[in-house]
Amino acid sequence: MGIFKKRVNDFPTPYTATKAIREGGLETKLSMLLMGFGNIVHGQVIKGLIYLAIEVAYIVFVVVNGAGFLSMLPSLGTVEQKEVWDEAQQIYVYTGGDQSILILLYGVATVFLTVLMFLAWRGALRSAYKAECLAKAKKHVNNFREDLKSLLHKNLHRLLMTPPVFFIFAFTVLPLIFMICMAFTNYSKIGSHLMLFDWVGLDNFKALFDSSSILGSTFWSVLGWTLIWAFFATFSNYIFGMIVSLLINRKGTRAKGFWRFCFVLSCAVPMFVSLLIMRTMLQPEGAINVLLRNLGLIASDASLPFFTDPTWARVTVIIVNIWVGVPYTLLQLTGVLQNIPAELYEAAKVDGANSIQIFTKITLPYMLYVTTPYLIVTFTGNVNNFNVIYLLSGGDPVTDLSSTAGKTDLLVTWLYKLTIDKQYYNIGAVIGILTFIILAAAALLTYRNTKSYKEEGGF
Amino acid sequence: MAGKKFQSAKRKRFINNSIVHVILAVLAAIWVFPILWVVLTSFRAEKGSYVSTFFPKAFTLDNYTKLFTDTTILNFPQMFMNTLFIAVCSCILATFYVLAVSYCLSRLKFKLRKPYMNMAMILGLFPGFMSMIAVYFILKALGMTEGNLIKLALILVYSGGAGLSFQIAKGFFDTVPVAVDEAALLDGCTRWQIFTKITLPLSKPIVIYTVLTSFMSPWLDFIFAKVICRANSDQYTIAIGLWKMLEKEYIDSWYTCFAAGAVLISIPIAALFLYMQRYYVDGLSGAVKG
Repeated sequence: MGIFKKRVNDFPTPYTATKAIREGGLETKLSMLLMGFGNIVHGQVIKGLIYLAIEVAYIVFVVVNGAGFLSMLPSLGTVEQKEVWDEAQQIYVYTGGDQSILILLYGVATVFLTVLMFLAWRGALRSAYKAECLAKAKKHVNNFREDLKSLLHKNLHRLLMTPPVFFIFAFTVLPLIFMICMAFTNYSKIGSHLMLFDWVGLDNFKALFDSSSILGSTFWSVLGWTLIWAFFATFSNYIFGMIVSLLINRKGTRAKGFWRFCFVLSCAVPMFVSLLIMRTMLQPEGAINVLLRNLGLIASDASLPFFTDPTWARVTVIIVNIWVGVPYTLLQLTGVLQNIPAELYEAAKVDGANSIQIFTKITLPYMLYVTTPYLIVTFTGNVNNFNVIYLLSGGDPVTDLSSTAGKTDLLVTWLYKLTIDKQYYNIGAVIGILTFIILAAAALLTYRNTKSYKEEGGF
Repeated sequence: MAGKKFQSAKRKRFINNSIVHVILAVLAAIWVFPILWVVLTSFRAEKGSYVSTFFPKAFTLDNYTKLFTDTTILNFPQMFMNTLFIAVCSCILATFYVLAVSYCLSRLKFKLRKPYMNMAMILGLFPGFMSMIAVYFILKALGMTEGNLIKLALILVYSGGAGLSFQIAKGFFDTVPVAVDEAALLDGCTRWQIFTKITLPLSKPIVIYTVLTSFMSPWLDFIFAKVICRANSDQYTIAIGLWKMLEKEYIDSWYTCFAAGAVLISIPIAALFLYMQRYYVDGLSGAVKG
């Protein structure tokens, strides 16, 4: 419901672009063509010149490059790279063909710049109209120095937000849009479309959902394992972390600080280091097997198949994830556990409840109630948990050689393999989009029912 | 009668306590064991990754000296300097971004505030490195994937998304009393002065927390560095270096050095972490309560 509620504009302003077009004077209307003209007329020379410079720069860019980029975008390039026999030098020479990936990138960037330009154009209109209105009302029109000063006070958010937002758009949003575009092309090593590729519409999605093909069946099995993994990884850590935390914090336990230190020590070691260590320890000839052999628990030439048997591998990654994750959970849950009202426990004891009943009837419900947002975040984090799987098992074991994913591959590690190793960029992009859709649906459904969502935080 | 009951309750409590302590000891041993093993391995004299005994037969410091002197194949000192440089630069940028964004979202009311927070939430749901390969193409188009520009590229990549992780710092700023701001406004302070002279000094813990977390991320990240550096081994960061040491062609001669390197970078990070622990708990429990 919240998403669809009518937007209320909390920041009404009389100076809007539509009003400027409808009601503005001649100089304001001229600003539509010649950005900054209105500002110059009303004495804001520097501001006007900046607007004008932006317009000139954009037009020059479009004339020189932009128009070309945009016109190539629908076809994504047609000229093929060719080998030509050079008679004079007696060698094959490659003629420069079109590189679709660059055309796509430049095209998307040009569209981006055009949107920015439109925003600047609207800003110019608005500011021209504002200057006009103020001048008409014989009020003071800010000069450039005053405009700059307002950046430190009234418009501080502009000063502070612009650099971070610029970089977010350059390094997060632009790449994402670029990648989403790739999902609708045949940019892939299949059929050698690495140099030149075309728009193919929804074909990639169809291929992935077609469960009779290898790709399709791999997708469904990877998706299934991803959900199983996320569920077990989240709740095993949560419950185990809670039990350990309860054991440490209970009244009779001595040397609480020491126990906590033992656990926290392992999360002070960088995660990729501890994961690489675990991987080497769990190899067929690794430390764990050696230890078990020395203790005589397994035969001296036997080794447990930690990463070579599918079921073993899956259980192993979940258990190692407990090892990696419990210290963090412990840190986070300790504070929450101490907030549980002590009266609840006392009342339960008076009523003769044993400790298991207390845990399932008081601690767990209370914790679930308080930490639902945390659980959602952890769950989405686990669906996207690249590090643990990639560094630990690398997705192994691969039982079906024709498929591109191993038995412990998550959607994200599969995505990584498909793009980096196999260069199936389009399929990788489709998987990314699908992961997003799954997470967004899950997050929306649950977030909307939590208290913290209703108060603040989004939508 | 009453005394007997009391005694049996006491004995029961004693048994319970003993059981709990034994369980805790076993668990602590499991958690400390791999770390202990790495420290032992880093001092191990025998080479190779696979050994037949759990405890080293002889101890040596050679692994540490080799790490810093044998620079022909894997140049550990240079990787260290690369990472340090990248970490310092991206830490400065990222800290500024995080604090600026959190302050704006917490204290200033402006039109794009809610849309920005929604955008951050949606972007957070995309798999982080789905865009990685696209970032690589963009950096390549800008000519930043060769030579020393790789460092610049990594700095931009590490700090670029910082503006999206504002939650903890924003939560902290929310707890700084608004009355202080209002008083300062009445006294004629600009908002910029309030931010730099009042809010930031009052928020030292979160400033330190932000500095430390953004300083640590280049030491810990390995995927982005690997994709952007590719074969430029002179630009490698520590994380890629350690990963390389475990590859098939190096593992036999470099395994014990890997352990030494792991111990070396774990020490400062462990120190930072233990120092930061309280902020970590505070920030998160604040976030949980919403």
